[in-house]
Amino acid sequence: MSESGRPVVQIEGVTKVFAQGNVTALQDIDLELQPGEFVSLIGPSGCGKSTLLRVIGDLVQPTAGTVTVNGKSAGQARADRDYGIVFQDSVLFDWRTVAKNIALPLELLGWDRERRRRRIDEMLALVELTGFADHHPWQLSGGMQQRVSIARALAFEPALLLMDEPFGALDEMTRERLNLELLAIWRQLGSTIVFVTHSISEAVFLSTRVVVMSPRPGRIAGVVDIDLPAERTVETHEDPRFFELVTEVRELLRRRGEHLLPEEEQALTDAARAGAGGAGE
Amino acid sequence: MSGVVVTPGLRAGFGRRAGRQAIEWIPAAVVFCLGIAVWEGAIWAFHIKQFLLPKPSDIVSSLWSDGGTLWPAGWTTFKEALGGFAGGSAAGIVVATAIGRFRALGGVLMPLAIAANAVPIIAFAPIFNAWFDPLAPGSKMAIAGVLCFFPVLVNTLRGLQSVSPRQIELMRSYAAGELTIWRRVRVPTALPYVFTSLKVASVLAMIGAIVGEYFGGSFNALGVLIRSDAQILDFQTAWAGILVASLLGLALYAAVVVAERLTIRWAPASRDP
Repeated sequence: MSESGRPVVQIEGVTKVFAQGNVTALQDIDLELQPGEFVSLIGPSGCGKSTLLRVIGDLVQPTAGTVTVNGKSAGQARADRDYGIVFQDSVLFDWRTVAKNIALPLELLGWDRERRRRRIDEMLALVELTGFADHHPWQLSGGMQQRVSIARALAFEPALLLMDEPFGALDEMTRERLNLELLAIWRQLGSTIVFVTHSISEAVFLSTRVVVMSPRPGRIAGVVDIDLPAERTVETHEDPRFFELVTEVRELLRRRGEHLLPEEEQALTDAARAGAGGAGE
Repeated sequence: MSGVVVTPGLRAGFGRRAGRQAIEWIPAAVVFCLGIAVWEGAIWAFHIKQFLLPKPSDIVSSLWSDGGTLWPAGWTTFKEALGGFAGGSAAGIVVATAIGRFRALGGVLMPLAIAANAVPIIAFAPIFNAWFDPLAPGSKMAIAGVLCFFPVLVNTLRGLQSVSPRQIELMRSYAAGELTIWRRVRVPTALPYVFTSLKVASVLAMIGAIVGEYFGGSFNALGVLIRSDAQILDFQTAWAGILVASLLGLALYAAVVVAERLTIRWAPASRDP
């Protein structure tokens, strides 16, 4: 969908220092995203992965360095509505129905009613929520709310989908199902996705590339190319190559030689459990 | 298209909902009737003097026998309360909006507002009567208005500020301007808070108007009427005046509730009565 050859996102020497507390959230980040890539940012809390996502989306201004999106500055890209964003919390508006939540960015873009209605129907079908158009968010389960949030982010076909731990608050089963749904949507639309997560197995399962980050200051510790078959299924979790890649990411997380934070321990245990779970099935 | 409904009960038909609400009111109605019966029975059983505590039936019958003076007086007081309610609430909403928009303004105004709120405003009633014409409704509206102002200011501001940072980030990612964010996010988020404070204010307005009248006003007003009836030991009429005040206060409150339900149609059914 984007011009081939030119990266969708080009990050050069980005550093972000938060004046409050003088924290270096990001230091000298260089990263390029090609069209149609699914890139995960993984790392412990405080590694700056969410900050990097916001710098790409022009929600946080870098202290130094540049971000280019589709050949434009990040600010211009935001003004051109090139971003679709999904947060951990679905951030749906209670006073709007499901249909009207999805329509929100379309309204801001000035689409007429008929065009909005058609797109809402398409998006509801895409996230398998046809029939829920007139429901209010509080009438839906957490997983359904997050699907509405994804539908809203994709409704106006943004060049780039930014996802900040979108499935972090969901139970394991819902999360696995939504992972598969997201991959199906991604293949269908060919969008470029930046995906922030705590979970090693989720990152490896979904991505074409995993960017491993380390904290204090936030840096890229390494990038792992995920050479699993393009078609990912439930069985992918049992693929020996899947374990190798999970191990590779885990090693990168560990190599920092620092004491692990509780969240990192959790991420490692999760990965270990994912391996054990696959064997036990 | 439709047919798949996951949430039971939330979208029941209007008739069924009305029926269920009626059933929910039954316990309150029973307790109310019991209370009246005990009141009436106690006066009869313990020979309580009429001037200490009149019988409920006598008070209600006063609504008719003294209706010629009570209801016009009630209307006068109601208009004062309504004027104060409208003016005070509007001012509260305007100031809250200004503070919500310009944070620096809040740093200047909020400490002053909080300090002013600690002043027992009722104590100003005689002074307001001196400032404004005590016989004109303006002096009573001023007291009612000042009473309404603070709760509406504080709650509206709180509502405007209870927007989550994620909601703002989302809107900014759509390149939405400040005005759009206000219209689409801040105002809808604040509305339930505003209505909660308007309900409080509706009651305060009636109190303000009547207390203002206690310190002097045209004779055709509830506060003046209640006070003078009590002075000549006509407690039955005084009680009837209080009943009229309550009924009118309840009407104002109910009007706010109706406005709330018409405005906030989307909210879950759980709401305080």
